[in-house]
Amino acid sequence: MDITFKDVAFTYQAGSPFASDALTDINLTIHDQAFTAIIGHTGSGKSTLVQHLNALLKPSAGTVTIGERVITPETDNKNLKPIRQKVGMVFQFPENQLFEETVAKDIAFGPMNFGVSEADALQRATEMVQLVGLDTQYLERSPFDLSGGQMRRVAIAGVLAMKPEVLILDEPTAGLDPVGRREILGMVERLHREQHLTVVLITHLMEDVAAYADQVVVMDRGQVAKTGTPQAVFQDVAWLQSHQLGVPETALFAEKLKQRGFQFEQLPLTEAALAAALAPQLPLTKRGATDE
Amino acid sequence: MQRMNKLIFGRYIPGDSFIHRLDPRGKLLLSFYFIGIIFLAHNWQSYLLLFLFTMFAVLMSRVNLGFFIRGVRPLIWLILFTVILQIFFTRGGHLYWHWGPLVVSQYGLVNGGYIFMRFVLIIFMSTLLTLTTPPLQLSDAIESILKPFKVFHLPVYEIALMISIALRFVPTLMDETEKIMNAQRARGVDFGSGSLSQKMRAIIPLLIPLFVNSFNRAEDLATAMEARGYQGGEGRTKYRVLTWKGQDTLAVAAFAVITGLLIWLR
Repeated sequence: MDITFKDVAFTYQAGSPFASDALTDINLTIHDQAFTAIIGHTGSGKSTLVQHLNALLKPSAGTVTIGERVITPETDNKNLKPIRQKVGMVFQFPENQLFEETVAKDIAFGPMNFGVSEADALQRATEMVQLVGLDTQYLERSPFDLSGGQMRRVAIAGVLAMKPEVLILDEPTAGLDPVGRREILGMVERLHREQHLTVVLITHLMEDVAAYADQVVVMDRGQVAKTGTPQAVFQDVAWLQSHQLGVPETALFAEKLKQRGFQFEQLPLTEAALAAALAPQLPLTKRGATDE
Repeated sequence: MQRMNKLIFGRYIPGDSFIHRLDPRGKLLLSFYFIGIIFLAHNWQSYLLLFLFTMFAVLMSRVNLGFFIRGVRPLIWLILFTVILQIFFTRGGHLYWHWGPLVVSQYGLVNGGYIFMRFVLIIFMSTLLTLTTPPLQLSDAIESILKPFKVFHLPVYEIALMISIALRFVPTLMDETEKIMNAQRARGVDFGSGSLSQKMRAIIPLLIPLFVNSFNRAEDLATAMEARGYQGGEGRTKYRVLTWKGQDTLAVAAFAVITGLLIWLR
């Protein structure tokens, strides 16, 4: 299911004295089964952009096409539910959305809203809780007794239980420790690979972009500044830094090596790629000579 | 939640006018005083005087008049209801129309007009207060006005602290409400559709997280305050000190003149 933006603009509180433009002239396609990363400085419109993907916000101008459905500024707020089932959205700090007495009921809440029977929904809860890496014994616990990282997994499980085709994650690893971060992103990557889920990830961590994304969208002041593969986008280190964006550590390190005389066709973005590029260049014989 | 953002009531618009610079204590007391003296007016000359005075104050604040009109809008049904009651149930003077207990009389029309003016003037003045005074200044003003009541063991510091914390967290809570609403919408909740009981049930996934988060936030805030050495209100010094200046006396004088004129016009 492709999601296409055509000349989309969005203004908050349009027509009031507090009006502010959040998005202008967005033309963009989120390809089916792709892993898209959206990066940009804080306040560049990333979160506003992704809320258009499941029609939580409607464009002030232009059209958003989500699969078969076309969302225009005139679209009625009714009958948007099918979109929201297909496009699952994990908000920033999703642990704030938990409310049921037990983890099982909370995960089953989403599917039941979309007409899944209670028995089936609870069955899904059992599957999902394991999918996000928690033991089934957690199902009967209250979500408020869990740790922050566990609560976040339950919240993500609640979105996955709706069996979306597109999964949007708005900084899913913010405030997690390195292990939790790797586990959650690893899980997303696995879903993407095994279940062909379309993934849209907002993040400030360029390492994650380099490691997982197929497509990168760079947002700047409500506009799309650049799109392309991570390789293409991360080549221009100076441009990224002028837009207050980071560059993967590996690329920065490679850039320094370049100044010392190493050759790279393209800046490697991951450690594995860097190692592969460096290996043939290392003057092993010369090192032996200096050792004497 | 864009609906909430349209509410003008309680919003502050930064500016640097004569009215903005007035001492918040004076502004708060004068606003109450104004509501009092409105009831002195009972002929068209006095209402005209109050109207001109209010418009003068509004113009001085250099805030767009649209904001004030927007402040009246949420209350328009209440105002119309009261005015219509007045018109249909007041007898006296020239009788224009009657049907059973309903009458339209000269006095009724005049009274209806006065009541309408009263509402509009009160709303304009209170909107002027909130539009030109930052919430924190208002809570400082409330604290210093309440101070005399300490003799009656009123916990003035605690009340002021609660008011300023509450004011500070209103926008935060509104943002959070919006976020949770969106998150639950993404999970298939329809807010504000269906029967009354369905609507009520849809609120639960919003209310419980809001309460839980507020408890957590209160706990964190209390810990952070204690860690910074907060031990209650007694013996604290103040960072924001309110000062009474000449312009504040001038404002009080203007109100005294208006009061005098109102009494003379009676």
